[in-house]
Amino acid sequence: MKVILQGLTKKFPSRNKKSKEEVVAVSDFSFEIPDGKLIGLLGPSGCGKSTMLNLICGLEKPTSGRILFGDDDVTDLPPEVRGVGLVFQNYALYPHLTVLQNILFPLQNLKGDKKMTKAEMLEKAEEVAKLVQISELMERKPSEMSGGQQQRVAIARALVKMPKILLLDEPLSNLDARLRLQTREELRRIQRETGITTVFVTHDQEEAMSISDMIVVMKKGVLNQLGKPQEVYDDPVNLFVAKFLGTPPINVFRGEVRGERLFIGGEDVLAVPGVGDRPVYAGIRPEGFILNDNGAFTCRLTAVEVMGRDTSVVSTHPSCEGVNIRSIISAENLVDASKEEVRFDLKPNKVFIFDTDTEERIRFGVNGRMGEDA
Amino acid sequence: MKKSNFKAWLYLLPAVLFLGFFMVYPLADVLVYSFEEGYNSASQTFMGVGTYNYRYVLHDPYFLQAVKNTFILVIITVPVSTGLALLISLGLNSIKKLKELYQTVYFLPYVTNTLAVGLVFMILFKKTAYTDGMVNLLINLFGGKSVDFIDGPYWAKMFVLCFYTVWVVLPFKILILTSALASVKQDYYNAAKIDGTSKWRMFTRITLPMISPMLFYLIITGFIGAFKAYSDAVALFGTNLNAAKMNTIVGYVYDMLYGDSGGYPSYASAAALILFAIVFTITVVNLMISKKQVHY
Ligand SMILES: Nc1ncnc2c1ncn2[C@@H]1O[C@H](COP(=O)(O)OP(=O)(O)OP(=O)(O)O)[C@@H](O)[C@H]1O
Ligand SMILES: [Mg+2]
Repeated sequence: MKVILQGLTKKFPSRNKKSKEEVVAVSDFSFEIPDGKLIGLLGPSGCGKSTMLNLICGLEKPTSGRILFGDDDVTDLPPEVRGVGLVFQNYALYPHLTVLQNILFPLQNLKGDKKMTKAEMLEKAEEVAKLVQISELMERKPSEMSGGQQQRVAIARALVKMPKILLLDEPLSNLDARLRLQTREELRRIQRETGITTVFVTHDQEEAMSISDMIVVMKKGVLNQLGKPQEVYDDPVNLFVAKFLGTPPINVFRGEVRGERLFIGGEDVLAVPGVGDRPVYAGIRPEGFILNDNGAFTCRLTAVEVMGRDTSVVSTHPSCEGVNIRSIISAENLVDASKEEVRFDLKPNKVFIFDTDTEERIRFGVNGRMGEDA
Repeated sequence: MKKSNFKAWLYLLPAVLFLGFFMVYPLADVLVYSFEEGYNSASQTFMGVGTYNYRYVLHDPYFLQAVKNTFILVIITVPVSTGLALLISLGLNSIKKLKELYQTVYFLPYVTNTLAVGLVFMILFKKTAYTDGMVNLLINLFGGKSVDFIDGPYWAKMFVLCFYTVWVVLPFKILILTSALASVKQDYYNAAKIDGTSKWRMFTRITLPMISPMLFYLIITGFIGAFKAYSDAVALFGTNLNAAKMNTIVGYVYDMLYGDSGGYPSYASAAALILFAIVFTITVVNLMISKKQVHY
């Protein structure tokens, strides 16, 4: 089922009695979720991700805008008739019920011609339990299970009535790193096997990038960019998106464009054809540095960390906005850690420049074209 | 004895001594008294050991009346007050405006003195030469006939006693239940809502199990409290409860000790132990039921 959001806005009344100002949790949000895809909804804490899910599932009513499932307008429908499954941030499994009872719960609510017999319900429950691999845990209580197992039960409960849309609110945030990795693969598998249109909320960009067909980056309730993970990474529309995606994060410098050349700390580091003279922010991805003893860009070397395949070079630069510059180069290019300085050339398609006021992307030569082509 | 053990006992000593003197010793003494036949408190002598005290108490019409009264009180007030408290708490929990105000209003009786409340109830219900009392005026308004609730028929007096008891125990129960209800996370209800759960099913399958430990606590303490009722009856009907046929078991024990016809510690002890046996049995039954029904 495809989901269409049209100008979706949600305002919460202010709790503060003095100022009448409203909290705009979601602001004029429009996009289309293609059928059967897994969408990663990504943004920092408090940007309105949970609110967004609550709007889609109907727990919250939008202030304005419309929500369509396929061709049906569901904006004014209550949650129970929308046919969505929601996995809560903290799972919200009923603690007094066993896994089986938890999974049966949604089925027991069915009325009318959807009503099932006991045997049908059991069969259905066992089917989803198998899908999420918790068949051996059916008689346990939620408190007797690990976080990952609880999460799978929560997914099973959301899946058991075969929702048209599955919504997951930061389902992996309570898991440790290893389990998180494992469960997100499993999530991907379950989604592929069921083909249910899925919206997956997270503030972890890596998580979103690794399993989503498409990511949506939002900031303070506003949609900033949407697209395939790699596209968004390679072609961010503004500084926020550029900073938000990627580990290690992008390195941001204060710089200046003069005569179609980018200057950082007085050094002429890159040609930026087509950009007028102005101060800019320059964002350089960690993999955008090429080690070169005669390179144009000079940094003070702090540390060299060899991590298997790659070498991470940590350095500083007076114009850098962050504390350190992190650059990733392949391990063959050994760096002498005792040196004071390290010099780089830059890969033009890994360098993005942004307006200092609006923080919007300023496109130039090579990477200026990419956005339009894609 | 290990050294660390010795230290632990040393720390416990004050409490052990205190409890020993003021709790264990008197309890044991009660047990002893209850089996000493013909005990004379002036000469501190007794004639023999046996179950005569129990047989006497169990055949005493005043005691039987007290048992009957107590049971009626328990059977009516525990379910009614708990149910009512649950209803009111659910109401309080679902309103937003003036919630604090209502919570305060409902809590007020808790901090009011029992005897003062009893007097107020008496004024509301009592029929005197000058006035029939507020409640009777109301009854008259609706075309009913005046009833003397304080000195009148048994059922009327019982009604006042139950009404009063419910009214007195309600605030505490409401307090406990509103906080229990508030502690049930909204997420559970949201999850249930998405699955199309009916309001009633949400209540029986989510709310009730989630607050069941608190509910159970209230029922147990409610039973015990109601079995120990005494001051309420005194506040309403005065000290001569036997004459008013409104005595309770604890009232009977008290009368046997200090009342006008008192001075019989043996009978009082026997009655107290019978009460203990009743409360103990009921609490055990409660605990057994709760094993199945309460979700911790
Ligand atoms: N019921 C509410 N009343 C008032 N303001 C609210 C309400 N719910 C959310 N908000 C506000 O709306 C904004 C978005 O909240 P939301 O819970 O959607 O954030 P989020 O992106 O899910 O954050 P997190 O990653 O921390 O879960 C926040 O500023 C929050 O304070
Ligand atoms: Mg959230």
